[in-house]
Amino acid sequence: MVGAACAWYAGRAGLDVILVDRGPVAGGTTGAGEGNLLVSDKEPGPELDLALLSGRLWGELAREFGDAVEYEPKGGVVVASSPDGLVALERFAEGQRAAGVAAEPVAGDRLHDLEPHLAPGLPGAVHYPQDAQVMPALAAAHLLRASAARLLTGHTVTDVLRAPDGTVRGVRTDRGDIHAPAVINAAGTWGGELAALAGVRLPVLPRRGFVLVTEPLPRRVRHKVYAADYVADVASDSAALQTSPVVEGTAAGPILIGASRERVGFDRTFSLPAVRALAAGATRLFPFLERVRAMRSYLGFRPYLPDHLPAVGPDPRVPGLYHACGHEGAGIGLATGTGHLIAQALTAKTPDLDLAPFRPDRFAEEAA
Amino acid sequence: MTERAHLAVIGAGPAGLAASVAAAAGGVRVTLLDAAPEAGGQFYRQPAAELRARRPQALHHQWRTWERLREGLRTHVQSGSVRHLTEHHVWCVERNDDGFTVHALLGPEQEEPAEVRADAVLLATGGYEKVLPFPGWTLPGVVTAGGAQAMLKGALAVSGRTAVVAGTGPLLLPVATGLAAAGVDVSALVESASPKSFVRRSRALAAQPGKVAEGAGYAARLLRHRVRLLAGHTIVEAHGTERLEAVTAAALDGAGRVRPGSERRIPCDTLAVGHGMLPHTDLAETLGCGLDGLAVHVDDEQRTDVPGVWAAGETTGIGGAALSLAEGHIAGRSAAARLTGTEPGPGTWAAADRVRTRLRTFFAALDSVYAPPAHWTEQITDDTVVCRCEEVTGGAVREAVAELGAGDPRTVKLLTRAGMGWCQGRMCGPAVAGLAGCGLTPSRRPFARPVPLGVLARAGELDHQ
Repeated sequence: MVGAACAWYAGRAGLDVILVDRGPVAGGTTGAGEGNLLVSDKEPGPELDLALLSGRLWGELAREFGDAVEYEPKGGVVVASSPDGLVALERFAEGQRAAGVAAEPVAGDRLHDLEPHLAPGLPGAVHYPQDAQVMPALAAAHLLRASAARLLTGHTVTDVLRAPDGTVRGVRTDRGDIHAPAVINAAGTWGGELAALAGVRLPVLPRRGFVLVTEPLPRRVRHKVYAADYVADVASDSAALQTSPVVEGTAAGPILIGASRERVGFDRTFSLPAVRALAAGATRLFPFLERVRAMRSYLGFRPYLPDHLPAVGPDPRVPGLYHACGHEGAGIGLATGTGHLIAQALTAKTPDLDLAPFRPDRFAEEAA
Repeated sequence: MTERAHLAVIGAGPAGLAASVAAAAGGVRVTLLDAAPEAGGQFYRQPAAELRARRPQALHHQWRTWERLREGLRTHVQSGSVRHLTEHHVWCVERNDDGFTVHALLGPEQEEPAEVRADAVLLATGGYEKVLPFPGWTLPGVVTAGGAQAMLKGALAVSGRTAVVAGTGPLLLPVATGLAAAGVDVSALVESASPKSFVRRSRALAAQPGKVAEGAGYAARLLRHRVRLLAGHTIVEAHGTERLEAVTAAALDGAGRVRPGSERRIPCDTLAVGHGMLPHTDLAETLGCGLDGLAVHVDDEQRTDVPGVWAAGETTGIGGAALSLAEGHIAGRSAAARLTGTEPGPGTWAAADRVRTRLRTFFAALDSVYAPPAHWTEQITDDTVVCRCEEVTGGAVREAVAELGAGDPRTVKLLTRAGMGWCQGRMCGPAVAGLAGCGLTPSRRPFARPVPLGVLARAGELDHQ
């Protein structure tokens, strides 16, 4: 998704783009994502700024591609499970409001106006109208098709070509060399490997997540609904399994249930404990789900960087190398802003956001 | 006194039954779980009297085998060494620190959970039918070859109809003769394999005297019922408005393409179509068992590469009931020996091993004979529905591949929804892979069947017997 967004914005900035992927379009983490375009789970700071920018850009794209990519500006509802949790959630929302987020407190007795099938007795929630959703594989594919970029799927990058002075000259693939004055690393969870081919360190690690998919249903979950614990889990550094229920309907009918987080490397083994916890969390939020059937479950690997911020922008260590990866679980949402900022960097424009917090060499000390 | 080791056998078809009886005889406690109300699986589901009537003498020993198995099961159930759990739909087998938990849903509604803890599991989950799409295949009146067999097992109220049996594979012969014997006018048996390919493999096929006799028996009965055999032919379209009225069959050239001008229209109200079988591997894959192609990989003892997990029968490769029996027997013996701490000696299953070797060779040869036409995807028009659950057309799949950058069944699924419906791609998987220009690969399905979230949320919390 991030690569497709970079191709789209770079193309619109007048650049010739070749997109190289070792697999098909959306074959990596994009194909395993839920398509969250969220501001609600982000605390004030650079990631939230990127999310706000991205959300605006998604809204613009939706005018052109909305139906094709199943864009739904449906809003998010973050539900507190205890009175203490509600206090913390409201304080969190207050900070977000100051940073430009629309965050509306919802009293416990008004919750069912927003989500009629929520469990009774929940103390309250915050409504985030800016949260939205897309179908990520469709979004990547349609954006790419419209970008006019040359698409080389099934090409594995085996090296980053560099001139004697270290400047990037292109990439070597298993099916030939591609010459270009700029190379953008949008390899997601595998971004660290690509960086290594260029001789630099970027500590991207996989954080595994499972998603449960139900049978198709008439729309009964209107927003993206999740428990307030999710925010803490997203920001956590723990390697152990964490699950916090995230429940949302889709345009196609099935309900998607996330979100588990574990740092277990690239282990593709099915984990019943992880999906059991997802099911338990979802049925607590929405009791009607008890009898709804899970059809399947899939897993993906979020590209995670130690400080939970992506790497976006030029790499000062290798002229001509740009990074656009490490967005963890927010890559779909943050793709548009990332693509836009990369295009600005490529065309020597002043970026709309300060790229300093996203500097790809900020982990250099750890490497030494 | 320590409790006897406990083996859970999943599937009560030929492989699962043979395994249960062999394992119980070898001194382990067995729980046999199956979705059907009675043991027998797909193969032995037919009523006794009918089976006897329709089967030639060559198959008679299989009926005796079934009687012996049924009797063996009854004896072990009575003695308490086998517990037979019917109408248990297994949705997942979980590996724990100290063994396995088999998670099932009960009864026809499949809403109530049941769990069985065991020291080891034996997967005998069989296979399912492969059907490739063509224009008109979704019309009422088009059934799968296996579905036609099920019709025969039912009330047999099919006489007076006109049927065509088509596709490829050894199942088509008994379906055609069975329908004819039940009074259906079978106008043609349309088999895409060419007679020449049988000749090419004749040595391997001739090494199976019993199987050749079986085939000869079917051929004689095709003649007797005046069923026209169109070998080297394929169905290019099924016609009808409300329901099936006719099919168009055409000859295939040497390259597997439809020979222009060879089309002929055959009126019929039933088309039984099948293109072979595929192994059920969902439970094995979720357990982490390695596969060989599309089938569960097993060693000489029918052990998978996951310790404590055996597999037998068509889940390890399509090969019919007799092979399943041999594999089940070996698996049951091996599991019993290993679970009671003994090394199975050579000769523990020598006879079954010889049968297994012979039949695997035979089915490998059959497999190379019975193949869909090389260019079958060319028959799929852009408006042919490929995925019935999600109503995805051939054109949509082609667009995803050509325009949107899909390159494998997974990305086709993501971009078109083909394979996301109730059958989870079991039906459309081969067609989608064909249209995407790649081979069929196993599609991971963590849940072997849909499971209510309430059951999933509490999985592992039930009291175990």
